[in-house]
Amino acid sequence: MGITRRQFFGWMSAAIGSQVAFRPNANAAPGKQFTGYDGSMGVLHDIYRCIGCRKCEAACNQVNDLPRPDRPFDDLAVLKENRRPHADTYTIVNKFDIPGRQLPVYVKKQCNHCMEPACVSACFVKALKKTPTGAVEYDASLCVGCRYCMIACPFNIPAYEYDNPLTPEITKCTLCQPRIEKGQLPGCVEICPKEALTFGTREELIEIARQRIRNFPDRYIDHIYGEHEMGGTSWLYISPAPFAGLDMREDLGTTPAPALTSGALAAVPVVVSLWIVFITGVYAISKRKEQMAETDKQAAVDDVRKTEQDKLNQTVITLREKAKTDQEAAIKREVKKALEEAAKQAAQTDTDDSSSAQQSSDSTHPGKQEKE
Amino acid sequence: MAQPTPRANTLFTPFNVVTGIILLIGGIVTILRFTKGLGAVTNLDDNNPWGIWIGFDLLCGVALAAGGYVTCAACYIFGLKKFRVAVRPAILTALLGYALVVLALHYDVGRPWRLPFPIFFSQGTSSLLFEVALCVFLYLSVLFLEFTPAAFEWLHWKRARYIIGKISLVLVIFGIILSTLHQSSLGALFLIVPSKLHPLWHSGYLAVYFFISSIFAGMAMVIFEHAIVDRFLHDEIDEEHDIESNNVALGFAKAASFLMMGYLMIQVIGIAIDNDWHHLGTRWGLWYLVEMVGFVGLPAVVYAIGVREQNIKLLQWTSGWVVLGIILNRLNVSLVAFNWQLPLDQRYFPNFPEIMTTVFIVTIGVVLFKWIATRMPVLHVHPDYPDDH
Amino acid sequence: MEPGFHTLQEFMTHTKGIAYLLIGVALVALPLFWRFLSGRDDKQKTF
Repeated sequence: MGITRRQFFGWMSAAIGSQVAFRPNANAAPGKQFTGYDGSMGVLHDIYRCIGCRKCEAACNQVNDLPRPDRPFDDLAVLKENRRPHADTYTIVNKFDIPGRQLPVYVKKQCNHCMEPACVSACFVKALKKTPTGAVEYDASLCVGCRYCMIACPFNIPAYEYDNPLTPEITKCTLCQPRIEKGQLPGCVEICPKEALTFGTREELIEIARQRIRNFPDRYIDHIYGEHEMGGTSWLYISPAPFAGLDMREDLGTTPAPALTSGALAAVPVVVSLWIVFITGVYAISKRKEQMAETDKQAAVDDVRKTEQDKLNQTVITLREKAKTDQEAAIKREVKKALEEAAKQAAQTDTDDSSSAQQSSDSTHPGKQEKE
Repeated sequence: MAQPTPRANTLFTPFNVVTGIILLIGGIVTILRFTKGLGAVTNLDDNNPWGIWIGFDLLCGVALAAGGYVTCAACYIFGLKKFRVAVRPAILTALLGYALVVLALHYDVGRPWRLPFPIFFSQGTSSLLFEVALCVFLYLSVLFLEFTPAAFEWLHWKRARYIIGKISLVLVIFGIILSTLHQSSLGALFLIVPSKLHPLWHSGYLAVYFFISSIFAGMAMVIFEHAIVDRFLHDEIDEEHDIESNNVALGFAKAASFLMMGYLMIQVIGIAIDNDWHHLGTRWGLWYLVEMVGFVGLPAVVYAIGVREQNIKLLQWTSGWVVLGIILNRLNVSLVAFNWQLPLDQRYFPNFPEIMTTVFIVTIGVVLFKWIATRMPVLHVHPDYPDDH
Repeated sequence: MEPGFHTLQEFMTHTKGIAYLLIGVALVALPLFWRFLSGRDDKQKTF
């Protein structure tokens, strides 16, 4: 096997460590409260009053210099289609037939200018921002065109110029920010013939909405849409029918969009800091183990070498001793031989005295000469 | 009749012909994209702003390029020295993968020359996409540096090769951190849309899911890719790679199998935490179970069997299965289960030019891999650097 | 609104309770799977 159990536990602790670091409930700013810009503006859309005349659509088209649509604004047949804002339409009015209600209900749709906008939170170049007036403003000079704002928007509002190959922009209602700055009303609010749209500070608008609901409890359901949805929006709605039937989601919750990602964002610096420590630690451990293995190996090698050396030494000693004894034996043998020889000669000299004495002096002299 | 020249024979191989056709179509789509706009070549609309160029090219591309950091971690951090044979192919795959992710983004975003904006010009730090952009940019640089030794050896730039060898460990650690961050952040991109992504796929653990699945995606890719390389570029593989790759397969398959079981466990825990059990009984629940059981649980068990029986062929096939599972998961999160509440006629399905662009980009990757692997010491050791990898 | 629950406290008590049971399952199931995974390489003593 290429992987050992201990090394595998290393992997697993890496996995567990990441879980700890990415705990989803880790909040970036627990206990912090933000109430938005004081006195920021918004619009109250009284759905009960709306007659679906599409004059707001026309005014929006005009004040924003948008291209003329194929079908004119007085063609009310388009109301039947369920529409949404697109690249050249910042606002639309949809018609809904409510079961049990004689008259249809008309709802205007455009950017809600959230108090804590998802699009702003999602934009990675700060091309979108919430301004003190209340408008969520788009700066095309920064936009890369990644369309993450469109993904993030819970109301499906931002649109994109899909047919523009090189300079496409995100488009959406601007709350007529340029007109507000000049002291004018937003185009749609100004033109509305039935005062279905009311411009004012958000606080005022909530107060008005509450009053209308209180004064005419049979006209309105008791819900100001946008007061709390996604942390609140600058556009507010009151309606004679439940919003869910008007293509306005009631399941969005009250959590502002930035809070949805704050935990993951909070994990980033923690992961970096702890990962450096953790990875270096694992590296150090494996390095140390490698060294220990190396030391052990070296020790084993030394051990073997020592044993071999000892063995060798022993052999040498034995051999030397053997050689010594052999040598001694040889000398003894030689000496013995020489003595025997001498004894033999002595015996001969006794029998033949004069001739052998002559012989012995002859034989010893050349031998002496050879040795020297 | 004129004899066909040998040159024509070698040029019109099936591989070259198919590649040529794909590159031609890709070229046409490229021209259309930059003259007519996204609307002309995609099925994207205002409700479905992200298609397969994000769902596949970006999300799957990054996940399947995870082999780079996973193999580096195994070899250099966890000390599995013999895994070094898998390091260079994995780094090359990761480098090409990330480079092609960035190439795909040039098609997808509106003004590609502004892609450096979030890093150098206007930092939207509240966005997880900013985190992804920063990490991908940095990691691409790290991968480039991590790959240079192979190129330097090929070019015989001994001095440069020596210098880059000195900082290799720092690069490895940096690469692991950056990968952890952006692999998980790609999942965290979808934290902001609990109202649009189906509850079975949306979870507070999305970041962890993406990170953990990227690890076994990387391991599966390393095994799978070696099977393919072994089949088509066998001549480039030296003996050490040939032998050790089997150990890499066994080791990674074992790790991946266990990790996949852990992943399955945290998926169940995610459902428990959000109390999403009742969704399991719906059609969406069935689809979710197909993904989790059919493409995580089952391959994990088959991996385990393959490891027990030391059956490399089985491990290679299972790796392909795991890779498909990762693709399925990323597509589910970004496309299939995204906008699940919209009526069917408002849902997105890729059109022909979109698919061909993706095929085109993958083909560029394959061609580049082949070109590099047949020249540089990726699948074999350079004779001048027998032990230094 | 989550059906069957009135407060976050109720919801969390319920879901975390199940999560703890699942932790128990994981503690038993994963080591067993590991035994299956390593069942054949015990002879080689890789640990």
